[in-house]
Amino acid sequence: MKFTLNGSARELDVHPMRRLLDVLREDLSLTGSKEGCGEGECGACTVLVDGEPVVSCLIPVAQVEGCDVTTIEGLPGDHPLQLAIMREVGSQCGICTPGVVLAALALVNAERKPTLAKVRDALAGNLCRCTGYEAIHRAVLAAHAEKR
Amino acid sequence: MRTVGTNVARKEGMARATGAALFADDLSFPGMLHGRTVRTRTARGRLAGYTLGFDTTGFTVVDHRDIPGENVIALIERDQPCLVADTIRHSAEPVLLLAHEDRDTLFAAPVTLQEEPEPPVFDPEQSQQVFKHILIEKGDLTRGLARADLVIEGTYSTGAQEHVYIEPNGVIAVPEPGGMALHGSMQCPYYVLKALKALLGKAAGELRVVQTETGGGFGGKEEYPSVIAAHACLLALKSGRPVKILYDRTEDMIATTKRHPSIVRHRTGVTREGRITAMQVDVLMDGGAYCTLSPVVLSRGVIHAAGPYRCANTRIEGRAVMTNTPPNGAFRGFGAPQTQFAMEVHMDRIAEALGIDPATLRLRNALKAGDTTATGQKLGPDTSAVEVLRSAMRRSGFRRKRAKLAGTGRGIGLSLFYHGAGFTGSGEVMLGSRAGLETTPRGVRILVANTEIGQGTRTMLAQIVAEALDIPYEQVDVAQPDTSVVPDSGPTVASRTCMVVGGLLERCAHQMRERLAGASPAEHHAKHGRLHVEEQYRAPEGRQWSDKTYRGDAYATFAWGCDVAEVELDPVTHEARVTKFIAVQEFGRAIHPAMAQGQIEGGSAQGIGWAMLEDVVMRDGRMANPQLTNYVIPTTLDTPPMDIVMLENPYSGGPFGAKGVGEMPIDGPAPAIVNAIRHAGLDVRAIPATPERLMRAPRLTPTGQGDAR
Amino acid sequence: MRTSTRDFTLRRERTLAGALRVLRDEPDTVPLAGCTDVYVALQFGQKPGTRYLDLTPLAALRRITTSGDRLVIGALASYTDLQRSRLVRTRLPMLVEAAHTVGGAQIQHMGTVGGNIANASPAGDTLPVFAVSGAEVVLQGASGERRVPFTSFYTGYRQSVRRSDELITAVEVPAVEGRQWFRKVGTRAAQAISKVVLAGVRGASPALALGSVGPTVVRLPRTEALLASGSPIEAALDALRAEISPIDDVRSTADYRRDVAANLVREFWARTA
Repeated sequence: MKFTLNGSARELDVHPMRRLLDVLREDLSLTGSKEGCGEGECGACTVLVDGEPVVSCLIPVAQVEGCDVTTIEGLPGDHPLQLAIMREVGSQCGICTPGVVLAALALVNAERKPTLAKVRDALAGNLCRCTGYEAIHRAVLAAHAEKR
Repeated sequence: MRTVGTNVARKEGMARATGAALFADDLSFPGMLHGRTVRTRTARGRLAGYTLGFDTTGFTVVDHRDIPGENVIALIERDQPCLVADTIRHSAEPVLLLAHEDRDTLFAAPVTLQEEPEPPVFDPEQSQQVFKHILIEKGDLTRGLARADLVIEGTYSTGAQEHVYIEPNGVIAVPEPGGMALHGSMQCPYYVLKALKALLGKAAGELRVVQTETGGGFGGKEEYPSVIAAHACLLALKSGRPVKILYDRTEDMIATTKRHPSIVRHRTGVTREGRITAMQVDVLMDGGAYCTLSPVVLSRGVIHAAGPYRCANTRIEGRAVMTNTPPNGAFRGFGAPQTQFAMEVHMDRIAEALGIDPATLRLRNALKAGDTTATGQKLGPDTSAVEVLRSAMRRSGFRRKRAKLAGTGRGIGLSLFYHGAGFTGSGEVMLGSRAGLETTPRGVRILVANTEIGQGTRTMLAQIVAEALDIPYEQVDVAQPDTSVVPDSGPTVASRTCMVVGGLLERCAHQMRERLAGASPAEHHAKHGRLHVEEQYRAPEGRQWSDKTYRGDAYATFAWGCDVAEVELDPVTHEARVTKFIAVQEFGRAIHPAMAQGQIEGGSAQGIGWAMLEDVVMRDGRMANPQLTNYVIPTTLDTPPMDIVMLENPYSGGPFGAKGVGEMPIDGPAPAIVNAIRHAGLDVRAIPATPERLMRAPRLTPTGQGDAR
Repeated sequence: MRTSTRDFTLRRERTLAGALRVLRDEPDTVPLAGCTDVYVALQFGQKPGTRYLDLTPLAALRRITTSGDRLVIGALASYTDLQRSRLVRTRLPMLVEAAHTVGGAQIQHMGTVGGNIANASPAGDTLPVFAVSGAEVVLQGASGERRVPFTSFYTGYRQSVRRSDELITAVEVPAVEGRQWFRKVGTRAAQAISKVVLAGVRGASPALALGSVGPTVVRLPRTEALLASGSPIEAALDALRAEISPIDDVRSTADYRRDVAANLVREFWARTA
């Protein structure tokens, strides 16, 4: 199957029903997407497919045929969101951080005026047990302000 | 101050935000097998045998007979077997271990256990087996009760809580020349090492334990990793290959430790003006099937059970008992959230009975510097109960809101609490923690076994060392906790890492500074090679504690907190929503203010979840809702905006005045919320305060307006 | 994931005709769309089947259009598609509400209307909306197209009249007369399975449907009749409590569901007056 991964064309020969999460982690050694629950509840496996955040633990890899997939490894490393989330301590243990960054990235790209309410809503599918979310909100709002 | 008190960039750099940070499941070793644990279904009985319904070619199979040393998970007691031999004491007890190269093949292999069930004990109040009994007595209870104008009684209960670290438990055991390494998600590498030594003896050669990047612990990876590590090592020993055991969320929830459920009874004598004359408290904790850390959880629970209040006549009796459920264990707060929940809701009931405003009642009784606690510990100048209370009252407009919200279906409630920093009593002396510091070509490296689990260990310890050595923060590295490299500086628990271990490192820095004689560490290293210093824990002068009588200085010092919660009751759904939350906390000094605030916000959110959402549903001694769909923790939409105030009151025995802050934040939210719900008109004395329970809660008549006395 | 997919097959057809041929020729083929139910089932060790058919290439089934005054929602429309659709926002705002509460953003992007209907859970969040709006399920199979009134679609717990050779291709909703209402009570504010979920229309005569109070989504004929005939609300709610059959489960209790169902209807009645 063929798809674009972090901007590069990829071709894989894998069982079509393997979870996208497993293909990323095991076949492509992209371990930034994490499995926290396997039931689509925690969001730690979040990736972007055609710009939309989805939970890769519930996606058969065949379904990203022809799509544009972005994982945390596809960000430059100094994206304002990445910098902000570390600076504001919106990341403590870090296991939820890749998923949070990608979910927030979709919001930051789509929204002209993100409010706290919109940030909460966009991140409602990402569980964090460490931060209580406050610092994550601060980071996302700060990053959006910087981006503009 | 150059770095202490500032929000330096974390030592991990950007790795967490780029996906570069490697957690246990991100690691692989050549020839690695996957491991699987076969567990009991029944909660109590005998194991008659097992049947492997598959061709075992390519499989490694381990049962209790393969254990070279002792079939035990060594902790405080040695009552917990590593693998069931013939006696089953809880559901999901491990019996058999399997390993195979291919995970699908491994998990599809059918195994049948022959279990002969016996009647289990699930109700802690019916249990006949006591793991630990503690009695604390001060003054004369009978006389104190006789002097009271009113005696108020109450029973309060708290449910189990599952940690839900977003990274489930996972370890990899790797045979290496001359021995075995165990890599994994954990808080206490030396606990694991000790357990492995008892289990394996010399059979696996030299053992070392290495902490990998850990995705949350909260106490759930304090003692439990010894179990999963033991299993992985047994499979690695038998197969000669690396073995990774990773729990999925369901297995992690079913099989691993939870917060001890509690039932706490209070009987309190008060004068009409609201002065406490006597306190009698009975604490019952459900320890699950094996002892694990129950004695210590009970200990902290009973010591905090009388709350941050002055009382000359106190009797606290506590028991941790056995039930046929998976063993309970460490969870942030470690007994104090349970007993302080009871104390704080009881205080509001006392206030209700006397017709006194709950803040006033607390002001009248709050501990001050020079007062003694229930164990007779005299409090030092860093005692801030009154300060945090007044600050929280002011900031929340507490009295005004108590009057304004009465009878509106909304409520405001507060909780006053404290938390001893470090191990109880002689615990730190028994640990005898050692910390090391060495020079490197770049500067220095910290050598401790304390782990970064999100709370900022590496960063905060580096700040302390940088400040004490007067060198840039960037020149301080922190060694990965590997027991073959770092000394045993004790576990990463009990809010001790900053105060105790940071204190040791401060002394290391001072020792090093003398020996550097004016040179920078890098300069010295270039000239003389590696300079290594080490310091060991010394009890502060004059501290006295008796484990027998439970009298004396229970902790080095205490941190203090006051939370205020506003809630709104939804009459349609019976839900209570927290609309405002204020936390005022004094913990000496914030080494890294943003990280400290993160501890308060995160701990508060976890406390809010425990109070309102998190319900461990047990059926036949087994968790019946082991999925994140059904055991719900707060999302961004479930957490209120939080107003955090951090007060300073430096503690002379802590590095730069710091105490501990990791656990205290979880002590306050549950009683503050329940007290707000009480103010809104429902008689709640137990958590979780789910909508189903609120629907059945008796109504309280609206409380009066303000404090008439 | 507890169930291995190694021995499963996945077909992907680019045309509806091709997809229907697969269902006809290979019985017990399990259709897949958003996978938010099927892959959760696999995670927990269930095995819905060994042969699967991925519907996502059938882009035409994602469209949301009109046909006369009927709103035609393609079965592959996602919850996000519903919320972004001007047609749905203007004609069926209670569906927008429902779509927003199914789960976090990720689940909203993935899950589909057809999946929600086909999964046949009594807790499905869109189901009460379709039940009160006179919706029709459009099925296509080997023998052609047929339409089933939504209120006749379910026959029992997780059972429907859909034959194994049929696909849900759309749900059609006529113009809704009257004020629309939706409220879901979950286990928490976000990303939650419903404990009780209500949709209502206050038109010439009221229409009410509840989820999570019985083996399927249910209309409330006796309650509706009493309300329509001018009965006081409390009498209608007595009837309501008797015509639902909630259970105790790990998430909630029968008593709570019964009590809250009545409260939700009382609230609907008061707020749509």
